[in-house]
Amino acid sequence: MDKRLEVTLSDLTLDNPVIPASGTFGFGYEFCEFYDINILGSIATKGTTLNPRFGNPTPRIAECDEGMINSVGLQNPGLEKVVNEEFVKLAKVFNKKVVANISGFSLEEYVECAKVMDKQDIVGIIEVNISCPNVKHGGMSFGTDPNMAYEITKAIKDVTTKPVYIKLSPNVTDIVSIAKACEQGGADGISMINTLLGARFDLKTGKPIIHNIMGGFSGPAIKPVALRMVYQVYEAVNIPIIGIGGIANAKDVIEMMYAGASAIQVGAANCQDPYVCKKIIDDLPKLMDDLHIDNLKDIIGRAHR
Amino acid sequence: MKKIEYYEIISNKALTADIYEMVLRGDTSWIDAPGKFMNIKVEGKFLRRPISICDWDADSLTIIYKVVGEGTAWFKSLEAGKTIEALVGLGNGFKFDDKHLLIIGGGVGIPPMYGVCKQMVKQGLKPIVILGFQSAKDMFYVEKFNAICDKLYISTNDGSAGLKGFVTDVMVKNDLCDIPYMTCGPLVMEKAIYKCSNTHGLISFEERMGCGFGACMGCSMEVKDGYVRICKEGPVIESERLLWTKD
Repeated sequence: MDKRLEVTLSDLTLDNPVIPASGTFGFGYEFCEFYDINILGSIATKGTTLNPRFGNPTPRIAECDEGMINSVGLQNPGLEKVVNEEFVKLAKVFNKKVVANISGFSLEEYVECAKVMDKQDIVGIIEVNISCPNVKHGGMSFGTDPNMAYEITKAIKDVTTKPVYIKLSPNVTDIVSIAKACEQGGADGISMINTLLGARFDLKTGKPIIHNIMGGFSGPAIKPVALRMVYQVYEAVNIPIIGIGGIANAKDVIEMMYAGASAIQVGAANCQDPYVCKKIIDDLPKLMDDLHIDNLKDIIGRAHR
Repeated sequence: MKKIEYYEIISNKALTADIYEMVLRGDTSWIDAPGKFMNIKVEGKFLRRPISICDWDADSLTIIYKVVGEGTAWFKSLEAGKTIEALVGLGNGFKFDDKHLLIIGGGVGIPPMYGVCKQMVKQGLKPIVILGFQSAKDMFYVEKFNAICDKLYISTNDGSAGLKGFVTDVMVKNDLCDIPYMTCGPLVMEKAIYKCSNTHGLISFEERMGCGFGACMGCSMEVKDGYVRICKEGPVIESERLLWTKD
C-alpha cells in the first residue's frame, strides 16, 4: 500500500482516491473476474430505489465521440434485495466500505432508502442521486431546484448518522447555488457531476438511437465541464467533493484533484476497459513522481492557490 | 474466464457485398461453447464491438461481421498481420443436448450457428439446418454447412435460391415444428420461429451493449423470472423464459 495515495472523505480514509462510479460497476463483484477489487479506494454501488425497477426499454446505449449515452433508467433489484443479497455478495469479496448510491421519486422514498443504508456495516457514505436524467417522473426536479435540494438533504440528514454526499446534476443553470443549498441542508460532501442530457439520431433512419430519445452523456468529452463545475463549487462550499466526469487515466485524477476534488469516480471508462481503475491506481505513483507530488492530499484544490 | 486478449489477423475477406470473414490467431481456451462472443476494441471509437464466434480451433478463431457502420467499416479495413485487442470470455453460449436437432440461422445471425452445427456433428449428432437469406447474392457459408451436415434447407425472401419465403416456411413445409431448435438471426425472424414452433428453443439475442460483461445494465431484457443481461446471462435464452406470446 502506497500511503502517498491516501485521501479522506469525511470520517473515511481511503487507500486511494479511485472509486468506480455508480451504475458502471454493478455491485462490484462482477469485476472480481478481472482483478482483486480490494485495491480500489471504494466502490459506488448501483443506484438503489425503494422498489425493484427494470428501467427503460432498450436500446439504452448510444455511442458518441469520446463518450456514450445511457438510458438504463435506474434498473436495480430494490432496497431490500440490494441490502440482503447484493451487499452480502459484495462483502464476501470486498473488505472496505462502499459508497451506497440511492435514488427516489419522492422525499419519503429517499428517506426510507437512507434509513436502511445507514444501518448497513458495509456502507461508509450514503450518496444521494438527485440528478439522474433518465427517469421521466421525479429525480430530476430535486437536483435542479436549490430549495428541493436543501429539503431532501435535510430530510436525509435527520435520519442518518453516516456521511451523506449529494450527487449533483450538471443539467442546471447554476450548480453553485445547488451545492450551497446541499451544504446548508447539512450535506457532508458533494459528488459531481452526473451525466449530461444528450441524444443521438440514426443517420439512415433519422430516428433516435435511444428508445427514450434522451439519456445521460458521459465519457472523456464531459471532463472539461466537470472540471469547471468542481472548480466553481470548491470555491463556494467547505465540504469535500468527489470529482466525477470523464476520468479515464491517472492524469485525469490529478487534474480533477487540482480543481478541488478530494477523491474521484470513474464512470463510462469502466465500460470501455474493465481494468481501467486498476490501471489508474497502478499509474498514479509514477505520475506523482514525475509531477513532484509527495502526497495526493496536498494537491486538492491546488488550482485555487 | 473474462480477460483482454490480443489477436493477429490471419485473413480478412469478403463473403458477400457487405459480409466479411476474419480469421484471428490467439487464445481460444475461453471458448467452451458455441455462441460466446468477443468485444473488439475499435480504433477511435469509444465502445467495443461485440461479435460472436463462428468457428475455432486450438489457436485460431473465425468471426463473421456485417459492415453496418464506422466500427465494422474499420474491421473491413484491417489487413492480415495486424493485431487487434478484444475482451473475451463473454456470454453464455449455446448449451444444447441431443434433442436440439434443428439449427436455424438468419443473415448475419448465421455465424454462431455454424459453430453450433460443428460441435453437434463432433458429438455424433445429426442436426437439420435451415439458413435464411434476403437473396441468393447474400448467401455465405452454405458449402461449409453442406460439408458437415446431412440436411440443409435454404430460404430466400425473393426466391432467388432455395424456398421463396422465410425460414418458418421451411419449418412448416418440412414438418420441423416439433423439433427443439437453436437459432440466431434478426429479432423478427426469432419471433416468427417462436410462434411457428410447437416446442422449446434456444434463442441468441443481439442488443446494443455498453460494457459487454454485465456491469452497466445497458442490454437488459425482461423475462418471466425477472430480467437477463444479454451480455451476461445471454445472449442465448431459453424460449420458455421469454415474455413473447404465440399469437
